[in-house]
Amino acid sequence: MTWGTILRNDSITSPNSANSTGLLRSFIAGACVESPHLLHVLYALQLQYLHISDQAAREVAAHLGVPLSQVEAVIGFYSFLHKNPRGRFDILFSNCTSCGYTAGGTDLLTMLARRLGVVAGSTRADGLVSIGETSCIGMCDHGAALLVNGRPVVRLDAAMIERIAALVEAGTPLADWPAGWFQVDDNIRVSGLLLSDDVAAGDGLRAMLACGASDTLNEIIQSGLRGRGGAGFSTGMKWQFCREARGAAHYVVCNADEGEPGTFKDRILLHSHADAVFEGMTVCASVIGAERGFLYLRGEYRYLLPQLKSVLAHRRELGLLGSNILGQPGFDFDIGIVVGAGAYICGEESALIESLEGKRGVPRNRPPFPVTHGYLGQPTVVNNVETFVAAAHIAQRGSAWFRAAGTEKSAGSKILSVSGDCARPGIYEFPFGVSIQQVLDDCGASDVQAVQIGGPSGTLIDQERFNRKLGFEDLPTGGSFMVFGQGRDLLAIIVNFAHFFAHESCGFCTPCRVGTTLLRNGLDKIARGHGTRYDLDEMWRLAALVKRRSHCGLGQTAANPVLDGLQRFPQVFESRLIHREFEPHFNLDAALEDAREISQRDDAAAHLNQA
Amino acid sequence: MTDMSADTKQNTITPNTIFIDGQEIPFSAGQTIMDAALAAGVYIPHLCHRPGLTPHGSCKLCTVDIRNRDVSSHDSDRRVQTKFSVDTDSRSVSACTTPVVAGQQISNNTPALNEVRKTITQMLFVEGNHLCPSCEKSGDCTLQAVGYHLGMLDGHFPQFFPRRAVDASHPAVMLDRDRCILCELCVRASREIDGKNVFAIAGRGTTAHLIVNSPSGKLADSGLETGDMAAHICPVGAILIREHGYEVPIGRRTFDLHQVGEIGLKEIILTKTRHTDE
Repeated sequence: MTWGTILRNDSITSPNSANSTGLLRSFIAGACVESPHLLHVLYALQLQYLHISDQAAREVAAHLGVPLSQVEAVIGFYSFLHKNPRGRFDILFSNCTSCGYTAGGTDLLTMLARRLGVVAGSTRADGLVSIGETSCIGMCDHGAALLVNGRPVVRLDAAMIERIAALVEAGTPLADWPAGWFQVDDNIRVSGLLLSDDVAAGDGLRAMLACGASDTLNEIIQSGLRGRGGAGFSTGMKWQFCREARGAAHYVVCNADEGEPGTFKDRILLHSHADAVFEGMTVCASVIGAERGFLYLRGEYRYLLPQLKSVLAHRRELGLLGSNILGQPGFDFDIGIVVGAGAYICGEESALIESLEGKRGVPRNRPPFPVTHGYLGQPTVVNNVETFVAAAHIAQRGSAWFRAAGTEKSAGSKILSVSGDCARPGIYEFPFGVSIQQVLDDCGASDVQAVQIGGPSGTLIDQERFNRKLGFEDLPTGGSFMVFGQGRDLLAIIVNFAHFFAHESCGFCTPCRVGTTLLRNGLDKIARGHGTRYDLDEMWRLAALVKRRSHCGLGQTAANPVLDGLQRFPQVFESRLIHREFEPHFNLDAALEDAREISQRDDAAAHLNQA
Repeated sequence: MTDMSADTKQNTITPNTIFIDGQEIPFSAGQTIMDAALAAGVYIPHLCHRPGLTPHGSCKLCTVDIRNRDVSSHDSDRRVQTKFSVDTDSRSVSACTTPVVAGQQISNNTPALNEVRKTITQMLFVEGNHLCPSCEKSGDCTLQAVGYHLGMLDGHFPQFFPRRAVDASHPAVMLDRDRCILCELCVRASREIDGKNVFAIAGRGTTAHLIVNSPSGKLADSGLETGDMAAHICPVGAILIREHGYEVPIGRRTFDLHQVGEIGLKEIILTKTRHTDE
């Protein structure tokens, strides 16, 4: 599958003919040769046929020997797989507060939809184009951004929207769109421990082989390295538990499902330091005794796939992957890449493993933990991209080198993705212990109202607490650092986050499935100016329940923006309240919206005055 | 870190018991909190759990609080501690999936936890379309019974009014998704007991829904038979045996005669008669 086949052939005949069944079968067979992973086969079908028909789902199930219900369940779970045809130009705007379609102040999605005559969220009748929105695509340092047929287009503005509309109407293949639109930069502003110096391919492994896997593990433990995804579990201990666990096989998994809105540091590491990522994985493989590893790449970063594959191929040529790595008898390890298809929950390690196994990304019950029962029920290490990069550096340079930076409980550095209202959004690597104010000063942010640390699932910080420090002692973070200036409507941001979680909840447990939707609806009501004191109290109560009673990290953190907002910025809620005892959720005028759409009327007489 | 000798000492003197609301309860190795509680006749409200099937932990009705043995003062916990009135002396777990550990101090039947469970039950009611007065399952429905047990008087939250498909294709079994609470009892019963894999959950979030593993997606095309556990296990009225809806009159049904908290009620619920065609 290449990006060349962007305007797919329209010669696909009616799905019922025997000929088309034959074509479909041979297409599926071909896709399975390339990769038999269910997500990959379904994505190939999506790309070719713009949707996955009932017949295609049945053929995939038959070909792969999996239940049809599993195929249907997966199609329904992942945002980038569809049962109904998308347009030949399938456009998805990011709805993140930093790289979203309103980031520049204008609603670019509505502008393009109007210009092309598309109802947002659907496909135009002639099948040329579909327009919708998707969760953060990790382009937060590039202004407003969208995905067109899976490829990011960045630095959007109104003028570009006009040009995009013209190119789409003309049916211009993406290959002929301005190349600069697809240009994604690293934007490294401050380099530290990891970014200022690369691990040359093989150096970490040679150092490890020189001192032995056991001593290397000790170095990793001694270094104090903790998981960079945000949870902060000791990497060395995780490796040790996995090493000690018995199983038919051990696995190394790199979590490159960087879905937290406002996070894009893995994009840079995968783009410019992929060797270090794979080196870290290979060091881990040697320590835990794994022969197989996976990089789980978020679907939004699919554009990085060709380059990542070529790095892997190069490493095989150098003898850094494959059999007898670096001539070491019995040191066999290789890495495959599995690409996700639009599901934030797959960043949760056990959901990621489910997805790796070709299923819906639903978090497992724990215990048992992945270190003993992970991929295919076998001992598995799942680490963040940045964690593996740090491990590769530590293998080469030792624990003392790493410990020299950071604080006692947060050794080393943290790579931050800084975005939002600042002069220089981009990548900043600081030693742990850096204060929020320091980061704000360096990125050129002034007149700051609030900072969101660690993305929507993290912590919303007000001005009075800008002296707080990043690190596991104070503010742990996966790396998202979103700056909100005084001009921002903080309630709109909290509402945005609530919509994000309701959209991304996997639906497994009741508190998160229903609770995130109730929070979203309640906040919408307040933001529209229909909320009362009662609604605020309800938000408190619901948020506390969702946080404490949910099954996994998604639900347990989904209410954080609401709770932080209510505690630290009560005025942004209270200023919207109407001072009545009770205001119904049901809005008569809003209920007429369908009728207005059908009759194509939006004049005053088509509205009810509820004031 | 406590020294090893103290650890060993504690292990040798701690008997195989846990404490639920202060009551000492014995357990055997490998049990979950729910297993131990049910064996001792202690009711922990639940909907997605059924002994004999793999525990699921999705409905969260069996949420209990385990008191932390030594309240951690680790700095990295501060994030939890700074959040409002969250009880940091205990942690919340699902009783049906959490293994017992000797000496666990568990809160179960407390006003606060029952209030949480009532809210979760209300969530289940409002996200589906549950019209008890017109439902054949009324009186035999565990969701309804749990609602009564917890003193739930209304749905509290605005109704979602979802549109969900009914599958009336099967001659003997009816699938009404309006009432489905996504407990996956039918999914597990079919897979683990019937050996058929008739059901699955598709979709995500509030669009998650029960699907049938058959070429047409219809029940009629599946291998489901009325003798299957999956055809009888539904705790609500989503999967019903047709033509038997009113054999037992209202007033003489399971929860007209029993409390949902009585242990061992599953036999009564499962002894439904066969379809007339058989």
